[in-house]
Amino acid sequence: MSEFLEALKHSVLLQHALLAGVAASVACGIVGSYVVARRITYIAGGVAHCTLGGMGAARYFNKVLGWEWLEPLHGAVIAALLAALIIGWVSLRAKEREDTVISALWAIGMAVGVLFIARTPGYYEDLMSYLFGNILLVSRDNLVLIIGLDLLVVAVGLGFYNKFLAVCFDEEFSRLRGISVEFYYLLLLCLTALTVVVLVTIVGLVMVIALITLPVAIAGHFVSRLWQVMLLAAVISAALTTTGLAVSYQPELPPGAMTIALAGGLYLLVVGARRLGTKRVSG
Amino acid sequence: MLSKRPLALATVTSGDMNGSDVTAKPVITLTEVSFTYDGPPVIQRANLVVGERDFVCVIGPNGGGKSTLLKLMLGLIEPNQGTVEVLGKSPRVARSLIGYMPQHAQLDPRFPVSVLDVVLMGRLGRAPMLGPYRQADKQVALTALGEVGMAELRRRPFARLSGGQRQRVLIARALACEPELLLLDEPMANLDPVVQDDLYELLGKLNRKLTIVMVSHDIGFVSLYFKTVVCVNRTVHTHPMSELSHRTVADMYGREVRLLHHGRAPNARVEP
Repeated sequence: MSEFLEALKHSVLLQHALLAGVAASVACGIVGSYVVARRITYIAGGVAHCTLGGMGAARYFNKVLGWEWLEPLHGAVIAALLAALIIGWVSLRAKEREDTVISALWAIGMAVGVLFIARTPGYYEDLMSYLFGNILLVSRDNLVLIIGLDLLVVAVGLGFYNKFLAVCFDEEFSRLRGISVEFYYLLLLCLTALTVVVLVTIVGLVMVIALITLPVAIAGHFVSRLWQVMLLAAVISAALTTTGLAVSYQPELPPGAMTIALAGGLYLLVVGARRLGTKRVSG
Repeated sequence: MLSKRPLALATVTSGDMNGSDVTAKPVITLTEVSFTYDGPPVIQRANLVVGERDFVCVIGPNGGGKSTLLKLMLGLIEPNQGTVEVLGKSPRVARSLIGYMPQHAQLDPRFPVSVLDVVLMGRLGRAPMLGPYRQADKQVALTALGEVGMAELRRRPFARLSGGQRQRVLIARALACEPELLLLDEPMANLDPVVQDDLYELLGKLNRKLTIVMVSHDIGFVSLYFKTVVCVNRTVHTHPMSELSHRTVADMYGREVRLLHHGRAPNARVEP
């Protein structure tokens, strides 16, 4: 741990990584709370996997066609927003089954990504960092984009807190109070998409869903109002990503996987302690 | 349930119910309303007038069209034929003056909100577009909580309330809309008789200044607070309580059974 702190003083890479982790945690706490309360974590999962298509395509255009300005992260933003809007539109309007469409998008996004990456030099490393994240590869430009997205998500997520809370809790009642339920639902899905993109850079698209749900689930055991859950989940998430980075530094383990393992361990610990606690109380 | 309550109806005869004044200012008017969800008609040529400060109970078998009738009054669905007017306007326009309470089974019982959070939702549409609720909104919400006797539990998580307490909170949320009309969808569902009595007493109190329309699945029981009973089974029949009170409970129950059969909906069925 002391080596990590020493390295942190000199390594810009580590400083970027730490900052990205904390920024992502704030968005994660806020949007994750809405997502878990509204029970749409599977939508977040679908959107996360769709980002591979966007990242793969952007990487291909960048490397093979020479579009220097197009970063994989840009492709991820576009793919995630597109997936979120399609899923939202399907669940609001179309007669197709929502879960079927999510599963289809999930797989199609992955397939498109793999095909593009197969035609791009550097297949293996790219794929691995997209799937499992590599917080140490966050460039300066990426960090700016991540913090920008983060601020946007936080501002919108908190500014419309009352509306989102009402729409998540009771759609029909909100509609009767003159709230455009469709608009806020789509807006929430877009915020979810942007949060997913930010998190993909930290833990990779496979493990995003754990970082969205676990801190919120842990926080839910201690506080009972949505804004309290947001605050606590953001703190827990920041602690987890920072600890994950620190613990994995010296043994050179992947920080994303370490973060998720810590989150899972903490969740099991809290649930276990709670169960023991209630058993003792009830005799 | 029925056998426990013959006295409630019997007392209506002597009780002064100062029935609603339909002629003065109708709150809800349905004229020749028909509605179908791509199939056989759910509501057929319904006519209904609800007067100011009426207390209407809508009863009928499952699938008979009670919820559809409520949705028509809220403007959530449009009639295929006929017109619906609420407070002299179209239901969509009048919505802001309707306090609506859904069936609480529709809500996620583990959602992380406090009692006050839920009641404040009644201020949506009047509170600022962006940012937190104003102090004035909080005051209205607290007053509404006081009216249902739940002010002290305002910080309690909604998830930790009993069924009766939840219904009270949802009524407070409807009151926080500062409505002229309360529409309640099965407010008595899954409550034990003692809690139901308390809730009827509260509704009776609110009825002094508000028009109330509630849906009930329990057709064997009619509260003494009701002024009008509306039977819905594709067709709609209105019975002022003063008319019903001349009959014995058994007669009324039998009469309802006949009426419901009269509608001849495919699933017309009376569960005693």
